[in-house]
Amino acid sequence: MKSIAATFLAAASLALMTQGASAQAGSKTLDLIKQKGALTCGTNTGLAGFGLPDDKGNWTGLDVDLCRGIASAIFNDPTKVKYIPLSAKDRFTALQSGEIDVLARNGTWTQSREAELGLLWVGVNYYDGQGFMVRKKLNIASALELNGASVCVQQGTTTELNMADFFRTKGMKYEAVAFADINEAVKAYDSGRCDAYTTDASGLYGSRLKLVNPDEHSVLPEIISKEPLGPAVRQGDDQWFNLVKWTHYAMINAEELGVTKANVDEMLKSPNPEIKRLLGVEGDFGKGLGLSKDWAYRIVKHVGNYGEAFNRNVGEGSPLKIKRGMNALWSSGGIQYAPPVR
Amino acid sequence: MSLDVARERPSTSLFYNPRLRGFLWQAILILIVGFLSYEAIVNAATNMRARGIPTDFSFWDRVASFDINQTLITYSATSTYGRAFMVGLLNTLLVAAIGVFLATFLGFFIGIARLSKNFVVSKLASIYVEVMRNTPLLLQLLFIYNAVLKPLPNPRDSISFGAGIYFNNRGLVVPDPQFAPGSGFILIAAALGIAASFAFKLYAKRRQFESGEILPIARVSAALILMPPILAYLLAGQPISFDTPVLRGFNFVGGMRVLPEFVALVVGLSVYTAAFIAEIVRAGILSVSHGQTEAAQSLGLSRTHTLKLVVVPQALRVILPPLTNQFLALTKNSSLAVFIGYPDLVQVFAGTVLNQTGAAVQVIAITMAVYLVISLITAMIMNVYNRRMALVER
Repeated sequence: MKSIAATFLAAASLALMTQGASAQAGSKTLDLIKQKGALTCGTNTGLAGFGLPDDKGNWTGLDVDLCRGIASAIFNDPTKVKYIPLSAKDRFTALQSGEIDVLARNGTWTQSREAELGLLWVGVNYYDGQGFMVRKKLNIASALELNGASVCVQQGTTTELNMADFFRTKGMKYEAVAFADINEAVKAYDSGRCDAYTTDASGLYGSRLKLVNPDEHSVLPEIISKEPLGPAVRQGDDQWFNLVKWTHYAMINAEELGVTKANVDEMLKSPNPEIKRLLGVEGDFGKGLGLSKDWAYRIVKHVGNYGEAFNRNVGEGSPLKIKRGMNALWSSGGIQYAPPVR
Repeated sequence: MSLDVARERPSTSLFYNPRLRGFLWQAILILIVGFLSYEAIVNAATNMRARGIPTDFSFWDRVASFDINQTLITYSATSTYGRAFMVGLLNTLLVAAIGVFLATFLGFFIGIARLSKNFVVSKLASIYVEVMRNTPLLLQLLFIYNAVLKPLPNPRDSISFGAGIYFNNRGLVVPDPQFAPGSGFILIAAALGIAASFAFKLYAKRRQFESGEILPIARVSAALILMPPILAYLLAGQPISFDTPVLRGFNFVGGMRVLPEFVALVVGLSVYTAAFIAEIVRAGILSVSHGQTEAAQSLGLSRTHTLKLVVVPQALRVILPPLTNQFLALTKNSSLAVFIGYPDLVQVFAGTVLNQTGAAVQVIAITMAVYLVISLITAMIMNVYNRRMALVER
């Protein structure tokens, strides 16, 4: 067994090796990105609000905006991003092997994914929880009435595990129909193969828009898990980890300080020292990240602050109309909180 | 100048010895390949360790904590990843076995139909072959799954075939046989019946060889195989009962359920592979020269006997080797299950298990080894059969 496995280990890891080695040697993901002239960003294969190409082929979404933010900070150009759509099953391997620089694909932050997969989560850009969607005509008001149901799910997700836990602890029977691709799972639910579809609540609202008759489906009130969704990077490049993390924090800080895409140029003249530091008028906080001192100005100028990105993609300004809830700033009742720039 | 000198001289130098040179080149090639493989393994292992990615097989005994909707052996979310692997493997083998059987049957039928003198039959068979083998298999699978099976009614409006058999978009629900004590006798009776039919076949062969008299093998065998289990069933007091499915809540409770994903995969694979097998069968039959048929008929053999005793045995020699390839292809193609949500080895093990454990290299290596072993075993069985059928050359 061991020797057979070793032989195949060699064959299977060839791709892993070459790219992994190059990323390892310099430990400078940023240098490589500058050399390539574009950021390579792993995104969802198509989830409204988080990562979805529009009718012109431009990627949009909350996760996509983070990638655009990083590109703005590095190149002062939000379009210098190469998007690689990934299924839930392939996403971590793509990041581990160095195929992508950052994984912004509504991935749940868990202990084992950091301890065993060699990844690091930079933060949480969306606090979520898992829910169920059912047809209204089934007349179900609670997930506790799902005993005996068939449930469509995307495989290789925490969703699959939470669902098993949920039905096991409630002593209910169910049938899990797992698909590798999110679109196949949604299609199977829509055609009646399953009684319910389960994923993170935000994803349920996003997927509902893709159904033939969105109005015939409702999301059940139960949230059965904690799903802190956020972007992840490989371990071993602390500078790059910091750059991605502070891109996310810069957007939150900008919202907190009232700096928006529209007023960022005026804000350069603001007397507030916190705004001055954020926008690079005072001090040089970009240097340690390998960036210019106006890095955060560039992010806000091109992409906007966190609140703007939220509203545009998943909030009131989008077809999803999701309330801020937990994702509001700490100062307005939510739990989005960023350490200060200083 | 020196080149000219070298060409004129007889090659006595050891350096120009063609055998030695050939050996040298091969040794260099082996060294390069060996070095590259070694580098690949060491590099991958180092990189994986540096990133904290597991490099061992310790995940095998950990609790899987996810569910699978078709399990041939007992499995629950509290079973281990190793158990999940077995579930996936058995599901793959099930699809492959049934697929190979159906594809062969359908392939022979269509292959013969293509040679039919009836214009309509042969044209229909040609159209089938051309359409099936010239469109991608994945497309056919998605078509069968999405366009044929999913528009079926939901469980509440199931199509009923009577006798507790229902068909809906959750699959085919049939009564589940329950074996009470005494069922063992039926199995024993069936085994005895099959043994008896083989013995009769041997006897009939020898009888024909000695006297030329042909015994009705098919009819007698059928009686020998069917009668004993039926008698045993009645004598043992009808020990088999059926658990009939009942609609309760969302779905049918009780009974046995054949998943639509399974049906789509088996039908898709067999229908696709049958097109290739049909061509192999046609080629095999055409390879037997017409003189053989004429000779058999001039000896007074009937059409059936000509086909059975003269044409098919010779055609099989041509058919078997490429047929093995088709069986292997079908088995490997069954991994397309992942696109329609059937829990085969790739979907369960190289999909969910890989993703939950992060042991990508190990999982893919095991999966590849499994397909290799399945293919080698299939090829071995077919080779043994082929050797028995091959022309004995003297």
